[in-house]
Amino acid sequence: MNLYYTDLITNSPLLTLTATGLLLILIESTKSTRTRLTFGVGIVGLAVTGVLACFHLTPEQSTFNGMMNAGGYGSYFTIIFVLAAILTFLLSRSYLERMGNNKGEYYILIVFATVGMMLMASANDLIIVFLGIELMSICLYILVGFFRVKDRSNESSIKYFLLGAFATGFLLYGIALVYGTSGSTNLTVIARSFPTVSSNTMFIIGVALMVVAFSFKVAAVPFHMWAPDVYEGAPTPVTGFMATGAKAAAFAVFVVVFDRTLGFSGGKLNLVIAMIAAASMILGNVLAIAQTNVKRMLAYSSIAHAGYMLSGVAAANTEGQSGVLFYLIAYLFMNLGAFGIVGIMEGEDEKNLSIDDYAGLSTQRPVLAMLMAVFMFSLAGVPPFGGFFGKYYVFLAAVKANMTWLAVVGVLTSLVSAYYYLRLVVLMYFRDGKADVPMKPSFAAMVAVCVSALLILQLGLYPSAVVQLVQSFH
Amino acid sequence: MTLESILFYILSAVAIASALLVVTRRSPVISALYLILNFFCLAGLYLTLHAQFIAVIQIIVYAGAIMVLFVFVIMLLNLGDERKLSEGMSYKKVIAVGLAAALLTELIYIIETSWIVLPASTVSQGTDIGTVEYIGLQLFTGYLFPFEVTSILLLVAIVGAIVLAKRKY
Amino acid sequence: MLRNYLPIIMMMAVAALFGVVMGKINEFIGPKRPSEEKQSTYESGMEPIRTARERFSVKFYMVAMLFIVFDIEVVFLYPWAVSYKHLGVAGFATMFVFIAILLIGYFYVWKKGALEWD
Repeated sequence: MNLYYTDLITNSPLLTLTATGLLLILIESTKSTRTRLTFGVGIVGLAVTGVLACFHLTPEQSTFNGMMNAGGYGSYFTIIFVLAAILTFLLSRSYLERMGNNKGEYYILIVFATVGMMLMASANDLIIVFLGIELMSICLYILVGFFRVKDRSNESSIKYFLLGAFATGFLLYGIALVYGTSGSTNLTVIARSFPTVSSNTMFIIGVALMVVAFSFKVAAVPFHMWAPDVYEGAPTPVTGFMATGAKAAAFAVFVVVFDRTLGFSGGKLNLVIAMIAAASMILGNVLAIAQTNVKRMLAYSSIAHAGYMLSGVAAANTEGQSGVLFYLIAYLFMNLGAFGIVGIMEGEDEKNLSIDDYAGLSTQRPVLAMLMAVFMFSLAGVPPFGGFFGKYYVFLAAVKANMTWLAVVGVLTSLVSAYYYLRLVVLMYFRDGKADVPMKPSFAAMVAVCVSALLILQLGLYPSAVVQLVQSFH
Repeated sequence: MTLESILFYILSAVAIASALLVVTRRSPVISALYLILNFFCLAGLYLTLHAQFIAVIQIIVYAGAIMVLFVFVIMLLNLGDERKLSEGMSYKKVIAVGLAAALLTELIYIIETSWIVLPASTVSQGTDIGTVEYIGLQLFTGYLFPFEVTSILLLVAIVGAIVLAKRKY
Repeated sequence: MLRNYLPIIMMMAVAALFGVVMGKINEFIGPKRPSEEKQSTYESGMEPIRTARERFSVKFYMVAMLFIVFDIEVVFLYPWAVSYKHLGVAGFATMFVFIAILLIGYFYVWKKGALEWD
């Protein structure tokens, strides 16, 4: 009756990763002491998923009774999520060993969080959006509190959970109102009935409540309060994963659900998103200056980057969409790379997390200092690194959408951000200090940060390849 | 006024009152008891909306299983004198209450003014919509994929419970 | 439509009435020979009067959490069983996948020793 054999093939990346997660649970049930097998099988499963997604960059197909869109955007986002998960795997192993908490469940939860993100990016029904968000969020709540003996890890987990549950409430209320006015949760049907219901206030409020929920997930002002505390308390690789993978997933929903389904043709909502974007850029960058803890600084920087990307969403044109998609992949490498180095530097009991602990790193660890400098330059948006083109595309889109003021705010706040990014570079190169890593960095972690740095250079020197791919989805 | 609308008003009034009591009582155990009352009122409201299955599930899962978890967690924390936890009036509280009231007013206004009648084709009519048979058919044909995703969600919840609460795992 | 519930309400009323009446009859016609031991409160052999606010072990939380998960699974089984005839082999396969996934969870819980009370 309803066995969708072809749907299973077109959704093979999702199913492969789910099967990997199930296999990991079985492995973890039988072998409780060693995590090497869990780690290895997880990496292989993620890699296979990524390769399958590369083969599915075809035009989108409606699958599973219109619940999922296979291919296209979904596959592109799948590649982003899988890369984030693989890099997090590589960075985590030595980190967890150093912290004395190397458990296989960690990798299982990363894999299932990735599955949730994939559901969000390929969803064509609000029910799937909800289930994907919950799957991702539950895994992240647990991962944030993974160091059960540490007070700060527990605190950030409970904070994230309470506020996240609240955001879920907003999301469900929004979905209920949208369903109540349009008569369906299916995005295709909602898009079809959009012309008739778009002027209805109840529908608009429903969409607005959903914007609140997703702004929370991307940590945009004024729904950003949780981010610094949670980012600081979580295990550092998890922070990197949240700041890149989870953020990309929420942006996938913004682009796929809001921009394409709702089209933002009302105009009012564009303005709201633009204001959220401007507030995030200003507040994130200004508050980042005052931080002394590297993780907190990067948390505020990630709020600011959410603002940059939201200006591409607010533009609501094809340039904006492809700009956000490009930005996300550049941001993935530069931010996860930066958190990777923070993780390598971090000692037990939250040592080596202050900015001053990086003073003079270039004399002790020239390679690490150079890589960190690459990530900082890219985050600041200095050419020829990937971060520059990301900003260029989203600001260009804002100008084209007659939101020049938004682009001006973006450029000015980027100048402000250069101060705190480059301060770290100055500390590493021009100050005396005895900055050093607590342990020799593991091979896997070094591979992860080196590959990230190389790919940022690649994206900065040849951005056209990714841009052409992204534009082919339209 | 029909019997249904009378029932609706009674159940809604009790639901709102018990919800207010949940958040205002000092003792968490008493709050939990009022929450059960609230769940029962909601189940009654589902019945008036022809959603029999959901009503029964509301009682079995929420008033039953989830309340057990609530009470266990209250006993686990064992706060003792709960009065120590209560905060005085701060400016944050005032702002929060004000904002919540504004949101409530807005939502009531909107639902009052912009209620629209859906075209009949989009929503299935009739009294069979909440029956177990109807839900079963919908869940296992059109909504099959979300149903399977739910199992993954439950699986992650199991792993999470072990990671967070098991002494050695 | 509420008329459909009339039999249920009558059933509940009869059940409540039956319970009360039986209790009262016992009270009136039953023989009473009280002694001190009989009058004391019976609480499964525990000391009946003391503070109820004892701290519970976190193990109770584990059990409750696992109970909820499998409770929800059973909730899904119910509509499936009712409409099973219409769903056919495909319905069987879908429920098989669902149960299999949760069985993996059960296996995990079992192997991790979460079902043991130590």
